[in-house]
Amino acid sequence: MQDLKLLANDNRGQRGLESGSSLEGWHEVTQGCILPSFEGDATGIALKKAEERTYSNHNSYTATVASWRVKKPVFNIDVCIDCQNCWVWCPDSSILSRDKQMLGIDYDHCKGCEVCVEVCPTNPKSLLMFSEYTPLDEALSQWPEKKKKEK
Amino acid sequence: MAEKYDLQEREVWDGNFAASQALRQAQVDVVAAYPITPSTPIVENYGNYVANGYIDGEFVMVESEHAAMSGCVGASAAGGRVSTATSSQGFALMAEVLYQASGMRLPIVLNVVNRALASPLNVRGDHADMYLGRDSGWIQLDAFNAQEAYDLALCAFRIGENHNVRLPVMVHQDGFITSHTAQNVYPLADEVAYNFVGDFQPVDDMLDFSRPVTYGAQTEEDWHFEHKARQHKALMDSRPIIDEVFADFEKVSGRKYNRVETYDMEDAEVAIVALGTTVETARVAAKELRAEEGIKAGVVAIRCFRPFPFDNVRDALENVKSVAVLDRSSPGGAMGAFFNEVSAALYTTANRPLVTNFIYGLGGRDFSIAEAKRIFKEQKAHADAGYITTDIQQFSGLRGPTLGFFQTKRG
Ligand code: SF4
Ligand code: SF4
Repeated sequence: MQDLKLLANDNRGQRGLESGSSLEGWHEVTQGCILPSFEGDATGIALKKAEERTYSNHNSYTATVASWRVKKPVFNIDVCIDCQNCWVWCPDSSILSRDKQMLGIDYDHCKGCEVCVEVCPTNPKSLLMFSEYTPLDEALSQWPEKKKKEK
Repeated sequence: MAEKYDLQEREVWDGNFAASQALRQAQVDVVAAYPITPSTPIVENYGNYVANGYIDGEFVMVESEHAAMSGCVGASAAGGRVSTATSSQGFALMAEVLYQASGMRLPIVLNVVNRALASPLNVRGDHADMYLGRDSGWIQLDAFNAQEAYDLALCAFRIGENHNVRLPVMVHQDGFITSHTAQNVYPLADEVAYNFVGDFQPVDDMLDFSRPVTYGAQTEEDWHFEHKARQHKALMDSRPIIDEVFADFEKVSGRKYNRVETYDMEDAEVAIVALGTTVETARVAAKELRAEEGIKAGVVAIRCFRPFPFDNVRDALENVKSVAVLDRSSPGGAMGAFFNEVSAALYTTANRPLVTNFIYGLGGRDFSIAEAKRIFKEQKAHADAGYITTDIQQFSGLRGPTLGFFQTKRG
């Protein structure tokens, strides 16, 4: 099962696609559209885990693009070998990996491109695409068996 | 610290050398450049100054002008004082990135040695590239000779880097006529020049790891309009700051610059409006005509092409009877771009002078004092008749039959 604790971060995906934050006038927008990534002093922030970082309101971390997705990847921890292939290949940094352990998918930023499924080397794959509305346990209960090699 | 460079009180420099000396004195941190005639010596000289220890800077060699301006955008966002130079096709290739620089509010200084745009291929000067950049959100200053190319390059750093401005600045000079003709230039002493420009104070520099920032964010219809409005406001608000910098420059150099330079306009009846080296030719013609024929001729020159000094142009010209606006760029199926802007400024005056448009000097074709006099005399004829007696748009100095377009209903 995915690590749902990692998903439950106050700051993540707080801004939806359409909602926007409070509407500012032209005189209030930042000059040059140069946006601070973090609140306050960010010295050494690269060494902190994502859920401990003080992402600013302007950071794309706080905006969700989930509605761009048609199908979602589902992760099965029982088959995964923590090879980190999916983490390397995901174009949106939406694979949640901690200390070289694959822990789940950040559904606020995953766009459903299926690259992670494509590169997963296990048999059966540890990531598979399901309909956006399939509940996690239902998807996991449908997981395929290991395929025998054809002779 | 950098080596001392020996400077005389008076030097014999061409416009390219003059501009490169300004880069040396401003101790530019990064120049990313690709060579293009006639601007090449500016960055070449910068490379020499770095190699010989006169600047603690970085010369970045790139594969095109697109990459050159991209490198400048990166270096400027990183927090350095940045400059480069270009001309013509190179300028055109930079065009996309010019908008990035101004939109991100990066105070890059670009020395543009104006040259015609192909086709046909031509290395000589006209203002096609200057006009190509006119909507790019850069401040555009125009030097009429080598001394001014040097002076305005120093002013450009001061203007662009002002924290209330934070915009990139182009300094234009005419290809070959200014860039390759040696003239007397009176430089400032290194310390005086550096003190005038001041230390670079970056805003939102990317190399500040305690406050990482995003450059080049996407906004779509949610915020694009607001950001462009803010950018335009900054450009418009730079006008008094440009005046301030010019006033400060006069204090250290004794040389006074204005966003609109007028010559003999106090009592002028007819006027030429021009840019670049043509201004000096027109001034000589105006002076001689006054002495020879008593024609009250004056010259209005635009020093600051962007932000366009709409009100100053109007004030300078509202009392003349007839105005010739000289466009050194192919009009591309319309009245000249410069004509349109000057006419717009005059349209709001009570006494709307008669305005005609001369297309001249394309691809380095000479513009002579005799030709300027001819244009003045034609203006005088319009003024006396009370209407425009010729085509409103004329090609001046073109071989073959005369070429002109549009007439007033009255004519
Ligand atoms: S579907 Fe695409 S975006 Fe989503 S986790 Fe997989 S690779 Fe990343
Ligand atoms: S690619 Fe597959 S096996 Fe490798 S870490 Fe990702 S889910 Fe696990």
